[in-house]
Amino acid sequence: MKGISKGFPGVVALNDVDLSADVGEVVALVGENGAGKSTLMKILGGVHQPDGGEIRVDGVARRIQNVEDAMQLGIAFIHQELNVVDNLDVAGNIFLGREPRTKPFQLIDRKKIHADAEPYLQRLGLDIPSDTKLEDLSVAYQQMVEIAKALSLNARLIIMDEPTSSLTIAETNRLLALIQELSGQGVSIIYISHRLGEIDEIASRAVVLRDGENAGELLKEDISHDRLVNMMVGRSISQFYVEPKGSSKAGYFQARDVRSSRYPHCSVSFDASQGEILGFAGLVGAGRSEMIKALVGLDKTAGAKIQMNEEQVEIRTPRDAISHGIYLVPEDRRSEGLVTEMSIRENITLPDMRSYAKAGIVQTTLEKTKADEQVQALKVKTPHSETLVRNLSGGNQQKVALGKWLAMQPKVLILDEPTRGIDVGSKSEIYQIMRDLAERGGVILMISSDMEEVLHVCDRVAVMHEGRITGVLDQANCTETNIMQLAVGQSVEEAKPASSE
Amino acid sequence: MKKELGIFLLLVALCAVTAILNPRFLSPTNLTNMANIIGLFGIFSIGLGLVIITGGIDLSVGSMFALAGVLLSIALREWGLPWPVAALFVILVPMGLGALHGTLVTRMRIQPFIVTLCGLLLYRGLARFIADDNTKGFGNAEGFETLRAIASGKFLGLPMPFVILIVIAVVMWLVLHRSVYGRYLFAVGRNEEATRFCGINTKLVVASSYVLAGLLTGIAGILLAFYTNSISPSTHGNFYELYAIAAAVLGGCSLRGGEGSIIGIIIGTALLQILQNLVNLLGIPSSLNFAVMGAVVLLGVLADSYLGNRSKRTS
Repeated sequence: MKGISKGFPGVVALNDVDLSADVGEVVALVGENGAGKSTLMKILGGVHQPDGGEIRVDGVARRIQNVEDAMQLGIAFIHQELNVVDNLDVAGNIFLGREPRTKPFQLIDRKKIHADAEPYLQRLGLDIPSDTKLEDLSVAYQQMVEIAKALSLNARLIIMDEPTSSLTIAETNRLLALIQELSGQGVSIIYISHRLGEIDEIASRAVVLRDGENAGELLKEDISHDRLVNMMVGRSISQFYVEPKGSSKAGYFQARDVRSSRYPHCSVSFDASQGEILGFAGLVGAGRSEMIKALVGLDKTAGAKIQMNEEQVEIRTPRDAISHGIYLVPEDRRSEGLVTEMSIRENITLPDMRSYAKAGIVQTTLEKTKADEQVQALKVKTPHSETLVRNLSGGNQQKVALGKWLAMQPKVLILDEPTRGIDVGSKSEIYQIMRDLAERGGVILMISSDMEEVLHVCDRVAVMHEGRITGVLDQANCTETNIMQLAVGQSVEEAKPASSE
Repeated sequence: MKKELGIFLLLVALCAVTAILNPRFLSPTNLTNMANIIGLFGIFSIGLGLVIITGGIDLSVGSMFALAGVLLSIALREWGLPWPVAALFVILVPMGLGALHGTLVTRMRIQPFIVTLCGLLLYRGLARFIADDNTKGFGNAEGFETLRAIASGKFLGLPMPFVILIVIAVVMWLVLHRSVYGRYLFAVGRNEEATRFCGINTKLVVASSYVLAGLLTGIAGILLAFYTNSISPSTHGNFYELYAIAAAVLGGCSLRGGEGSIIGIIIGTALLQILQNLVNLLGIPSSLNFAVMGAVVLLGVLADSYLGNRSKRTS
């Protein structure tokens, strides 16, 4: 792709952008949200038409006018949200729309479809039978099926958009190995990710976009976090993470015997101090989110004993948790954290409507003042607080999800994967917000599967494995190796044993 | 607001065309009758609109009318209850049924369509059984003249149902568009999960919308009973829920929930009723009545989605 430009009404999304991939090359495409990555990929996929520039495939200039054109040229996409049909089996998904037919009734040839699927599964080293229903597979396997589908379409360039955002660490490693395998087979990959560690591992080149322009390019040996982040945001990495400072008041928040319906036979206990950011690390499925939901009364069958400031606190419903100043910013901001079809103002005031109402009637001016306050304090990029949340970028949406609780003076703020899928700039702003709150005496619990985040943002890290806390690491012992060991259920010498049974 | 403006212009245009083609449209008799019917239909359409805004549906309204009508006649004439007690009884029954629907929808997690479809069949059957399939009436309204006057009399020259609609519309406008509860209704309709995470008792909010719909159905049920003055249990109120759904959708409610307004629902109701009036006045065979209505609702929704898509693209 050379000199690609694209404008939308009011904005120039891309300005003279170049991107190339050799046969079998893995190219990372990085940049903040809104840098133009998706627009560029949509042009490659035939969804948008460029205003200028040209696309060459095998040296021949091509026009990609629709999705079919892209498919014909061997360009395939693996999107962040998978395009699989849950109730069809593996073979049915691979050949969806191209099913082999029997004569004379044009029914699906069940024998042939499974036989045809087999070689693609083998090529990916997938050991699942081709008649498994997709709904019975984990996200990681579903993703592999999508890759198999791309291969069956003779894809020579596969574009992967944040493919690891919902994978466990083991699954991620497997995918990365697979990408290298594919690249060895001559398939080119464009890899879009916010996780700089992965890029470092697999990409031979990293292309950085900033504000719709090429911000630079790094070869494998030059790829480093500092330089990538520098190029992406135009500032140095020391501003990226927020160093903890100040002392904390110990044992303010105590959770004992937290049981979730997912692991009814395990219980979790931990303490957190005022001014502290306590991280929860672990593999996906370790029961971290479930434990947190049990804590704030979102799990009916669960139980927990909670003490705040040495007083017993009864939490049966989310309302109870909120009335004690314990707030949760859930993992899935679009389905759980925000009402995206409502405005920023309405989202910020939703949990605390009573204080914006007189005799049951909402005082819109009060709401507006509060919402504007949060928009300013959190630097939400929006013309005003009446914008629908749907129209904000991921990072700004997350700020609104945070803002609604910050407006209510949190005592304990729980964040579940607070920076998943958001850009580097917003990430560091969110870390700053968390640190500020901690310094004002808040207790912060953060679940995160992003290793760097866990290592750099948290004061202490509790690691969970299959419903239990396997260890709590303080700053000195908080290393990647220690966390991984605890996460897979092994013990670590220096780690303090947590009081969980 | 734009949505309501479009359909309001359509309403005005429709009135103008009808008035030009047949001046009888503007005769006091016709206008009074129109106001009467719009009042009746508007009241329960608002109730159904609330349910639709939470993402639900209520198909049992027509059957509730039959049940309410039969019970009202029996309570007044056979049990000889004082009229305020009878009226209260006939309002409480649909409210109770609404509470039942709400509980089944929220606690048992049965889809609203199924719950109220069963209601549609159940209450119709019950009404016919209670009345022994006989037509019920109010005779000379001895002993409950006041109730009849409230239901079918006039106030300042306006038919009572219309006056009652105005009062209810103002109250419900405040409830839906200005109160905390109204905000919750919209929030639940748009994203129940996120609303629950905000510590709001979403089950209660959803269930209460069915109770409110029951309240308005009960009130409209009394007015309707006195309007027809005789209740034949097998046909009384047949299909009325569909009028209300059509009115709500025309007025900008989305069956996916989270969208709609009181003003829109009322304009939608008026549009549907005036359309029927037009069919009569213009001498179009009345057998085409439903076909005309169906076509107009379809066109309205198509136009809305076309214009909606266009404005989204330009913004």
